[in-house]
Amino acid sequence: MTQDEHKEGVKGMVNPRRYGIERVAYLMMRLSGLGLLAYFIGHIYETSNILRGQVGWDEFMDLISGTEGHIVMSIVIAMCVFHTVNGVRVMLGHGGVGVGTPARPDYPYDPASQNYRHKIGIYSAIVLAAFAMMYGLAVMFGE
Amino acid sequence: MAQVSSMSDGQSSTMKSITLKISRFNPEHDESSQFMEFNVNYEKWTTVLEAILDVKKHFDHSVAVRYSCRQATCGSCGMIINGKPRLACFTKISELDSNVVTVEPMNNFPVIRDLAVKFERLFDTHQKIKPYLIRDDTELESDQKEFLQTPEEVEQYIQFANCIKCGLCNSACPTMATDSSFVGPQALAQAYRYVADSRDKGKDSRLKVIDDSHGIWRCHFAGSCSQVCPKGVDPAMGIQLLRGYMLGFRD
Ligand code: HEM
Ligand code: SF4
Ligand code: FES
Repeated sequence: MTQDEHKEGVKGMVNPRRYGIERVAYLMMRLSGLGLLAYFIGHIYETSNILRGQVGWDEFMDLISGTEGHIVMSIVIAMCVFHTVNGVRVMLGHGGVGVGTPARPDYPYDPASQNYRHKIGIYSAIVLAAFAMMYGLAVMFGE
Repeated sequence: MAQVSSMSDGQSSTMKSITLKISRFNPEHDESSQFMEFNVNYEKWTTVLEAILDVKKHFDHSVAVRYSCRQATCGSCGMIINGKPRLACFTKISELDSNVVTVEPMNNFPVIRDLAVKFERLFDTHQKIKPYLIRDDTELESDQKEFLQTPEEVEQYIQFANCIKCGLCNSACPTMATDSSFVGPQALAQAYRYVADSRDKGKDSRLKVIDDSHGIWRCHFAGSCSQVCPKGVDPAMGIQLLRGYMLGFRD
């Protein structure tokens, strides 16, 4: 960041503390999107181990069946569920669905687009992700 | 350059005081900004702008700050107050609930000096979206003398016409934080203001302007613009409704 442009920069972009749950959802959506992309690339790379035959495949299986593997997988599950549920909310919002109707504003000017429908969407995405993660952990560690 | 001054000998009747930290930066001779501290008395109704003007009057007249109306109408006095973009004339010290009030120039705007920032880019992008009614005929020639609208038609855009071009929304926007070419919530909300106006016939040309790689598609609907807007414009709503048109969700 140059003093010339005085942009807030990445540090400001990822700071989730100032603008409510909507800005937290924005950050989690970006992180989970990038996380899933990383997982997807890693997934292709790792599963291609099967080209080395049974030995390669077994080595790969060992990697994901340990404690660390299970924890990583549970985070992937959480990212997946959050990204999907919140993604549906964001797509509806982007289409102008559930963002409120224009009206003459009155003090204290609570913005209609930051409404309970979208907040419920965000909290649902978080709760569902947490449940899916716990279910995944129960299955993986319950064997 | 930090400095502590006290204003307790002023006419103020209250014993309450805060530390006002003002970001100082002069591009002509400073490498980076530094805070100067002042001890300022305040009443329940004292605004941050009044506190800054007190400092200018009693301690340091060189503090650079832009203001005019002092009533949230001209859009001049936007700054970062305790971490968030707000109008200094519309923010009471008492409502901040803090013993320290920090004022800094708005983010995502080039700094001229101290708290004063450059608005050229905001005005440029505002102009780019053609902020006027576009149509072939004029009110002067029409039989009715004026283009009539129903109250319902006015409701469609009047909220967005409240914009005072203060730039707080652009300062809070996470996309603006990293992309200085982004058209920004202020201009996008104004694009919607005209698109939603039943008298306007320039929808297509206006949508073309914002359908750009640094245009409307960079908005992630984080909503921070709407949370800081002091006039209830709710730019995030306007942008999503506008995108609804462009995606064919609305007509
Ligand atoms: C059904 C499942 C999915 C839905 C509904 C969905 C939806 C979305 C939406 C709406 C956005 C835009 C968010 C915004 O504007 O801030 C987004 C961003 C993104 N998604 Fe997905 N997505 C899904 C699955 C995936 C998968 C499987 C991957 C990875 C392979 C992925 C990777 C990304 C990435 C990298 C971004 C960009 C993040 C950013 O820079 O903000 N998504 N997704
Ligand atoms: S939309 Fe609101 S915050 Fe943005 S410039 Fe207009 S009045 Fe200021
Ligand atoms: S001085 Fe005019 S908006 Fe604050």
